[in-house]
Amino acid sequence: MKNLSWKVVMVIAVIVAAFIYLIPTVVPERVKLSDQALSNIRKDGLPNTIINQLSSLKDIQYSSAKDFERNLSSLLQGDQAEQYKSTILQHAEKQTVWPHKKINLGLDLQGGMHLVLEVETIKAVESNIERIGQEMRSLLKKERIRQTGLDRIEGTKLAVRIPDENNLKKFDDFLDTKFKGLRILSRSSQEGVTTVVMDLPDTETDQIKELATRQALETIRNRIDQFGVTEPDIRRQGENRILIQLPGIQDTQRAKDLIGKTALLEFKLLDETYDVNAALKGSLPRGSEILYQVTEDPETNRITRTPYLIKKRTMLTGAHLTDARVQIDSQYGDPYVSLSFDTKGGRIFAKITGDNVKKRLAIVLDDRIYSAPVIQEKITGGQARITGSFTTEEANDLAIALRAGALPAPVIYLEERTVGPSLGADSIRKGLISMIIGGILVVLFMMVYYKGAGIIANTALILNIILIAAGLAGFQATLTLPGIAGIILTIGMAVDANVLIFERIREEMTLGKTPRAAVEAGYDRATLTILDANVTTLIAALVLFQFGTGPIKGFAVTLSLGVIASLFTSLILTRLIFNYFLMNRKVKRLSI
Amino acid sequence: MQTVRLFTDQLIGATASSGFKPIRKEVAHMQLIKPEININFIGNRKMFFMASLVMILITLISLIVHNGPKLGIDFKGGTLIQIKFAAPAHIENIKTGLSTVGLGNSSVQSFGDQQGYEYLIRTDGTVATTEGFSIQMQNALESATTSSLEIRRVEMVGPQVGQDLREKALFAMFFALLFITIYISGRFELKWILSGVVAGVLMGAIYVFNLFDVSIPFLIAAALLVTLVLFWFLELKYAMGAIVALMHDVTITVGIFSILNKDFTLPIIAALLTIIGYSLNDTIIVFDRIRENLRKHHKQSLEFILNRSVNETLSRTILTSITTLIVLVTLFVFGGGIIHDFAFAMIIGVIIGTYSSIYVASPILLAWQIRGKK
Repeated sequence: MKNLSWKVVMVIAVIVAAFIYLIPTVVPERVKLSDQALSNIRKDGLPNTIINQLSSLKDIQYSSAKDFERNLSSLLQGDQAEQYKSTILQHAEKQTVWPHKKINLGLDLQGGMHLVLEVETIKAVESNIERIGQEMRSLLKKERIRQTGLDRIEGTKLAVRIPDENNLKKFDDFLDTKFKGLRILSRSSQEGVTTVVMDLPDTETDQIKELATRQALETIRNRIDQFGVTEPDIRRQGENRILIQLPGIQDTQRAKDLIGKTALLEFKLLDETYDVNAALKGSLPRGSEILYQVTEDPETNRITRTPYLIKKRTMLTGAHLTDARVQIDSQYGDPYVSLSFDTKGGRIFAKITGDNVKKRLAIVLDDRIYSAPVIQEKITGGQARITGSFTTEEANDLAIALRAGALPAPVIYLEERTVGPSLGADSIRKGLISMIIGGILVVLFMMVYYKGAGIIANTALILNIILIAAGLAGFQATLTLPGIAGIILTIGMAVDANVLIFERIREEMTLGKTPRAAVEAGYDRATLTILDANVTTLIAALVLFQFGTGPIKGFAVTLSLGVIASLFTSLILTRLIFNYFLMNRKVKRLSI
Repeated sequence: MQTVRLFTDQLIGATASSGFKPIRKEVAHMQLIKPEININFIGNRKMFFMASLVMILITLISLIVHNGPKLGIDFKGGTLIQIKFAAPAHIENIKTGLSTVGLGNSSVQSFGDQQGYEYLIRTDGTVATTEGFSIQMQNALESATTSSLEIRRVEMVGPQVGQDLREKALFAMFFALLFITIYISGRFELKWILSGVVAGVLMGAIYVFNLFDVSIPFLIAAALLVTLVLFWFLELKYAMGAIVALMHDVTITVGIFSILNKDFTLPIIAALLTIIGYSLNDTIIVFDRIRENLRKHHKQSLEFILNRSVNETLSRTILTSITTLIVLVTLFVFGGGIIHDFAFAMIIGVIIGTYSSIYVASPILLAWQIRGKK
């Protein structure tokens, strides 16, 4: 008995720990709305009317998050109720039971969206070169150096055509003093005109790309925070990819549109000296481009695209914004976005409007014209507004995007996996049903085949499932649908260890050994085999964990936990049970 | 106390203290396989080798006919949309609706229960990410089928990600095989250093091949070939037997998927890796018994020992397969559409894996003996 006692203590400790770790998952968390939470909600900019309504829920102990949500839903009504709700839920205090670790459900089980997007960092390099080109053009003009062409070519290169030897000498000096950072790629002369091609050195380019990715990540994080998603996971993946996981999100299309919007706001002057129709036919004046205003008739849903001839030069961008808010037009009740500029932006805006009275200024967002009003007078005070045929939601999302800032480069979606909440609930239900049915069938089979020993094996099996669940909670692993399949598979495979032992015991008994000796020999001989056999499954599971993504990782986790749990239960627990019965009585035969 | 006593009495059977003599001295165990069973597995090995060869050949033919395995969107890139209608809808109407939003060339397939009115839409492009797309599609489908619907799942994988995942999956399979063979040759033949060398050579070979920029499937096929040749000449019998059995199982499972024209997706790769683990589990248990019997009956011929070992472990092999198949079939029947193919792959894998550990892995050990005689 003495050498058994430490094993008994260990087994009991493991079982008790498993149960403790399961408590937070089984017991629903309680929710309370305290003063602190209310003031945080106010800080997040929810309107006072909502805050006042909320005070009726204050300091009440709700037995579950669902209960709280139900009360909240009956309280909040209207367009933005969903959005307010998620903010409130985020701030409400959740009281979980010690040790505060619940089993996390994967996106495929609780519903939600998984996105991978790529930041087109090369575009950031291109716009950098474009800006350098514009700067060079105006500086050349100032220094009176003649050029017959300054263009961005092949995306990230700058080609300048300089006529005349004398001029060229001045240009070289100019480059050495003002644009030291540029790398000269080639020079070629033709009929007295020298073409110099330049670009940015590689270290610089890499830096711009790196910065663009980091900035994009930060901007997207800001946008999602303001959109109001509980527990989003946003992280960088590799060089220029961003992984976004939004659990439980309802309006996936809206979230996607908001995240993917470049939100580059530009103010540009209309080119009113040329005819738009002539330009459309191909005679586009230099330094101008055609951009469209897209409007949708709210009643007929008909979309009209109006072309405008716009000067390429950007007068002012959204970089100077300090705030963007949705406001409702007092005359027609249409929502619009009001903009506030910082001091410098306000000054620039005043200068633009002062210099161009009676001309038209286009407000361009991501190369789409929102409006092109005629400047009536010089606007000081740094305020502007974007009007257009918005819905409140659209105006709201646009304001969020503008507040969070523009993405430094456009993004493209590489991967999207969205699961609706009803499908997630379906998957949980079907997974549990298969688990219960499969479990019962295996338990019955073992009982019929091994009788008494089958009961021991079944005890081990049930404990196995509890250990896997506790392991999931304890390690904060994520349970996915393939993860549930992994548990079900473990139910079938975990009995293998016991089958091996029992078959061995039967063999030893047919050799004429006493029950006790047979059990001893059975365990001794089977132990090494069981270890060998399980190590290989563990290897496969670990490789899967390393290479798998999301749901598949969940499978690898439950499979590994299952293997470890079944080693523990079969090699230690069941042996202990056998020993207990065999030690205290003189047993003549085994029920096996 | 009384109940505990009753329970333990049942558990252990009659005890000396109870004072009753057992009615029968030997209570027969319930048995599927009798302990004295002796089927001549090894003697018939040629027949089963032929059967396996035929299955592998059919796999290869099917793969050639179908132009390689049929890749799901995880690996090929594309979009998959799962929708659920409130009332029955005709596939023709769904297709008409789709063509109005530029998805005319997508495939539509009914999914899950017949009562669920669920359909899967598959298309090549990555349309789902364009602004406002899902709302447009929903409107188009609802007006074409005159039934309200719910978009339950959208999976879009860009071609670049598809390629990444494809490479990852192949590398996962390869590394699983590599680590397992290192483990087996180390564990069974106590040649850890040798197996380490094999691993090193393989890694080196992979690195060299990679310099020549060959495609990943070719790379892995080459690596496997190198592995087999190395094992053959280094006489790592057990490792050879195990890896041949594994390749056999994976190939045939892939073949059945190819014949049934089922998609390869990430969960299927997970299933294949699990099959590798499972089939090896069986193989190792037989190998363990072979080593034990080699010590016990060292005077007997290898053929006798192999046959005896397979027979002795047969009962366990069948029992474990039964319990595993029980849970897999429940998963297949009740687990729902998303997990369906995974369960199917596992069922095939378990059956083939059980077969291979009996008929493929052990007979290979004989190959060296025959080679020695020549």
